[in-house]
Amino acid sequence: MTDTAHYQALGVPPDASADDIKRAYRKMARKYHPDVNPGPEADAKFKAAGAAYEVLSDPEKRAAYDRYGANWDQPRPDAAQEARRPGGFAFDERDINPDMFRDFFGQRFGAGGMRQDQHARLEIPLEDAIAGARHTLTLQVPQIDNAGRMTLETRNVDLRVPKGILPGQQLRLRGQGSDGGDLFVEIAFKPHPVYRIEGRDLYVNLPVTPWEAALGGKVKMPTPSGAVDLTIPADAKQGQKLRLRGRGLPGAQKGDLYAELHIVNPPKLSPKARDLYQQLAKEHSFNPRMKLGV
Amino acid sequence: MKKAKPRNPRIDIVETLSLTELMVFCDANADWVVTLVDHGVVTPVARHTAEWEFTPTHIARARKAARLMRDLGLNVAGVALVLDLIEERDALARKLATLGMAV
Repeated sequence: MTDTAHYQALGVPPDASADDIKRAYRKMARKYHPDVNPGPEADAKFKAAGAAYEVLSDPEKRAAYDRYGANWDQPRPDAAQEARRPGGFAFDERDINPDMFRDFFGQRFGAGGMRQDQHARLEIPLEDAIAGARHTLTLQVPQIDNAGRMTLETRNVDLRVPKGILPGQQLRLRGQGSDGGDLFVEIAFKPHPVYRIEGRDLYVNLPVTPWEAALGGKVKMPTPSGAVDLTIPADAKQGQKLRLRGRGLPGAQKGDLYAELHIVNPPKLSPKARDLYQQLAKEHSFNPRMKLGV
Repeated sequence: MKKAKPRNPRIDIVETLSLTELMVFCDANADWVVTLVDHGVVTPVARHTAEWEFTPTHIARARKAARLMRDLGLNVAGVALVLDLIEERDALARKLATLGMAV
């Protein structure tokens, strides 16, 4: 055995039975399907499991893989001889499973020259949806050449991402698919360290000190167009939302920006601050545990 | 590998797709879309099939349904349940994020 990557991708030992392999693949496919699992590694794991199953589910391909490892499907000088032997394999006839490549390239072959849409996905930073941006999309398009072999053609498409686009929206490039179909580009947003997106609204967790929350006043807060002073009302509460109208994502109906207050204690109180807290403790009777009956 | 020159095609944000457009988009036939509608996986705007329009949320659901059915061997009822549960899970994850808790 020269290579066990496919077995590792499915989490099975190299001597696993065909049934074990099928069960392991189904489990991996369910767990890591990119539509089910949004995690960053899920897509790669799903594809690795698919590629592994493609080989290991076919007894002939599996035997070739066990013998030659990752290069099991490369033509070999003795391939013709091998093919004649009982249990040998003809390496020059490669099966192309369109479903498998559909997974990899997100598109379907133009069967009989039918109009086909092509699909791609583009992850953009939030800032691009606010200001608009240009991107170059690199597509790998499977093509069948005259000899019936599949080749990959790389195609670059310049794309202007319009201002105000939302995650999950599709851009349509008419006539850019296969045989006159359209190219659809699904827009996704990269996770942002500061803002959370809901519809056209943006949310930011804004930490404030207990005294800022109690006394109210101005604090600095980030917005996509730069820091602004936010006025916090006196007696502000944990989790309270403050709205900055029209500071969310642009569009016909502009989104809003919400600051959600999170009261944060300083990591260590200075002796002076401790004195002040003790004074507060003496003079202020407030029982936050009243509802607990204590 | 050949390298083609970048092109500058016309770009639109998709507002809605018709039944025929959704069929091509999902690489499926009309019966499949009708079954999705019958199971409430997607809901078109307009009552008559000929005037059906699908908004981006439903376009995304249809395509996810197509992929899940193909990749996991689900039937339409199963995919309807899965998509609803995924939406619930994502809503809960967003709520947790508002509370400052990572999932």
